[in-house]
Amino acid sequence: MEELKKQGLDDQVDLRRTGCHGFCERGPIVVIQPEGICYLRVQPEDVPEIIAKTIKEKQVVERLLYTDPETGEKIIHESEIPFYKNQTRLIFGSNGSVDPQNIDDYLAIGGYSALSKALFQMDPTQVLEEVKKANLRGRGGGGFPAGRKWEGSRNAPDEPKYVIVNADEGDPGAYMDRSLLEGNPHLVLEGLIIGAYAIGSHEGYIYVRQEYPLAVENINIAIKQAEEYGFLGKDILGSGFDFVVKVHRGAGAFVCGESTALMTSLEGRVGEPRPKYVRSNVKGLWGKPSVLNNVETWANVPHIINKGADWFIQYGTEGSKGTKIFSLVGNIVNTGLVEVPMGTTLRDIIYKIGGGIPGGKKFKAVQTGGPSGGCIPEKLLDLEVGFDELTKAGSMMGSGGMIIMDEDTCMVDVARYFLEFLTGESCGKCVPCREGMRQMLKILTNITKGKGKEGDIETLEDLAETLSAASLCALGRTAANPFLSTLQYFREEYEAHIKEKRCPALTCKELISFYIDPEKCQACMICMRKCPAGAIDGGKNKIHIIDQDKCTKCGTCFEACPPRFRAVKKISGEPVPAPIPEEKRTIARKGKKK
Amino acid sequence: MSEVVLNIDGKEVKAAEGMTILQAAQSAGIDIPTLCHHEKLEPYGACRICTVEVEMDGWTSLVASCLYPVKDGLVVRTRSEKVDRIRKVILELLLAHAPDSPALVALAEIYGADKDRFEKEASFCIHCGLCVRYCAEVKKKNAVGFVDRGMRREISFVPEIAAEECWKCKECFPLCPTSALQAAYALTMGLSTSQPFSGFEGD
Repeated sequence: MEELKKQGLDDQVDLRRTGCHGFCERGPIVVIQPEGICYLRVQPEDVPEIIAKTIKEKQVVERLLYTDPETGEKIIHESEIPFYKNQTRLIFGSNGSVDPQNIDDYLAIGGYSALSKALFQMDPTQVLEEVKKANLRGRGGGGFPAGRKWEGSRNAPDEPKYVIVNADEGDPGAYMDRSLLEGNPHLVLEGLIIGAYAIGSHEGYIYVRQEYPLAVENINIAIKQAEEYGFLGKDILGSGFDFVVKVHRGAGAFVCGESTALMTSLEGRVGEPRPKYVRSNVKGLWGKPSVLNNVETWANVPHIINKGADWFIQYGTEGSKGTKIFSLVGNIVNTGLVEVPMGTTLRDIIYKIGGGIPGGKKFKAVQTGGPSGGCIPEKLLDLEVGFDELTKAGSMMGSGGMIIMDEDTCMVDVARYFLEFLTGESCGKCVPCREGMRQMLKILTNITKGKGKEGDIETLEDLAETLSAASLCALGRTAANPFLSTLQYFREEYEAHIKEKRCPALTCKELISFYIDPEKCQACMICMRKCPAGAIDGGKNKIHIIDQDKCTKCGTCFEACPPRFRAVKKISGEPVPAPIPEEKRTIARKGKKK
Repeated sequence: MSEVVLNIDGKEVKAAEGMTILQAAQSAGIDIPTLCHHEKLEPYGACRICTVEVEMDGWTSLVASCLYPVKDGLVVRTRSEKVDRIRKVILELLLAHAPDSPALVALAEIYGADKDRFEKEASFCIHCGLCVRYCAEVKKKNAVGFVDRGMRREISFVPEIAAEECWKCKECFPLCPTSALQAAYALTMGLSTSQPFSGFEGD
C-alpha cells in the first residue's frame, strides 16, 4: 500500500488481501486483475518493480512467473498454470478474489443471494429437498448424506434444534477447512444459516480449533458484519426467521472432531465421545436434535441453493456428487489445496495437478483420509476418488488429506507413525482403543526396530479386529486402517522386517547400516569432515571407513558423498562388509603430478 | 411404555421400550459379562466386554449391550465366534495391567484368555470408571476423577475433597475390580500436605 502511495497510484489501484490461493508450494502469490497475471513466490523487495512495471507500464515481470517444468515456458495467467488448469474450483474458487474480512467483497460476487432465495422463494422443505436431491454427502469423513441428516433433525419432535459447524480439523497435513474459514468465512456462514432455516433451528455453533487464530478472527468478523447487514439475528432480511451463531474455540484435541465428543465439549465437559446408538441429529447437543456438518459441507450449500441440485449432480460419480477439496502434501512437487470433481483419478490429482514426485523418485503410495485412513499403492492409482471407492480400497475419504509417499518411505514405519498419533489422541475411555492401540504401537515399534517376532502380524490382526469391531467411537473403529491397508498392499515389507530384519525402503534406523564402498571412495574427505559423530576414519588419499560402533545413522555421509562417486551405501538385512586392510587403503593417484 | 419383543440367543424376550439389551437379557436370566456396568450408574460403555452381535433387517453388527436400546424384532446373539474372540482380546489387554483381579481371572477362564499374551504393565487400574462415576453420580462429591487422556489416563483423587469426604465414605472401594483404587487413595492421602494423613482411620 505504501509503495502504491509512493508511486502515486493509491487512488487507482485496489489492493486486496485475500485468503489462500491453494498453491502453497509457490506462495506468497500476487494476482493482478483484471489481466489475471499471476506472480509466485513474491518477496517484499519485488513489490516496487511489480508496481512500476506491471501496473504502470503493463509489462510482465518474467522472473516471477510460473515456469512449466516440462517445456520451460513461462505462464502468465493463473488459470493456465497446470496446477490450477486441471482443477474445478467451485467451492474454493472465490478464496483468491475476496477479502475475507470484508462482507462487501462477498456480496459483490453474489454472496448471500442464496440465503435470500431460500428465505423468500423457497419454504424450508424445498430447501431440504434440494439438498437431498443434490445428494450432498458429509465432507468431514463419514460421507453421510447431509439432506438425510437434516431431515432427521427437522422431523425430531424436540426443541430447540441446533446446527453446528465442525471446524476442528485435526488431521496432520490437512488444512482445507482452515483455508475456507480463513479465506471465505461468509460462504460457510451463509450455508449454515440456510441449513438452520431448512431444519428449523435458531441457534448455531461454530466449533473451531484454537490453533487456527486467523480462522477464529475472520469468522468472528464475518458474524459481526453479517449481523450488521441483517443476515443474522432477529427477523433476517425481514423474513421473520431468527438465527444467532456463536463461535466456540476447541482446545486442539483430535478426538473432538468426532461428532459426539465435539458436542460434549461444546456443553463444557471433557471432550469424550458418547455412545451413539441414538443419532445426534435426534439427540445431540444438550440432548436436543443437532445437525453437525463439516466446514466444506456447509460451504457447498449456498451453491446448491443458488444453482440448483441438477447443476450440482453434473459433477461427480454415481455415489459421490460435487467436488472435493484435497490437501496434497508429502513427496509431491506441487504441495497445496486442490479442488476436483469427485471421480477424478488419483493419478490425475497426483501427476496432472500435483506435478508428480520430486527428485526423480518413484511413487510408492498415497495415504488418504487422515490418520485413520489407508495407504493406496501404485497399482490402484487409476482409482476414481469418491466416498465408496476409497473405502473399498481399504482407505477412506476422510476430510480429504492426501499424503504422497515416495520409494524411500517404509510402510511399516508409516503405520507405526499414524498409530502413534492416534494413541496420543485417544481419549482413553474404552478398552479396545486405549489398550488395543497401546499394544499395536508396541509391536509395530518393535518391528521397525528389528525386534519383530514370528506371530506379530497375527497378533496385530487380532488387535485390529477388536479395535474395529468393539471401540466406542470412530477414532478407535478406524484406527487400525493404517496397519490393515499397509499389510494388505505391502505385506512383504512387514515380513522382511520380521524375518530378515531388513527394511526394504532403507529407512528404519535400527535396521540399516551405512557403508563406504572402497572401490568407489575417492578419499575426498567431505563425508569425514561432515560426520557429526566423528565415526569416519580416513585422510587424504586414504580410503574412508565408517566405524559402525560410533555411527549414529544420521545419513549425513550419504547425502554428502558427491553424486559422481556415490561411494556411501545404505544397506539393510545383510552384514556390513569387513573393512579393507590398512595397507590397501592408500589411493595411488596416477597421472597427477606431485 | 410400550412393550417390544426381541430374540436373545434363540429365546423370545419381552422388554419395555427404552431398556438396553443388557437389561432385557438380565431380566430373562441370560448372562452377559460386564466390568464397567453398575445398576445404580448411567451406562458408560467403556469396557466393551458386554459386546454382543445384533441382527436387524438382515444387518449384523457388534454393539455394546449395556447401551444399545431394545427394538422390536431385534435378534441378539450374546455368544458367537467373533464375540468370544473380541472378549478374549479385551480380557488379555486388561490382564496385562491387573493379572490377579478375580473378576478378570474368572472371565479369562471362560474365554480362554491368556494373561501373559501382552507384556505386563502393572498399573492395576482398568479404567472401568466405577469409582469415578459412583462418587459423581451417587455421592455427588467428585472426590475422584480421571486425569489426562489415552494411554496416560489414570484415576486420581482430588486431595482437597478426598481429605474432607473419603474417610467417612469409602463406598467406592468394594466396587473396584482391582486393587488400584485403594492404592491411589492411600497415595493421595499420604502425599497430601494440606491435611495430615487420615488414611484408614475410619476403618
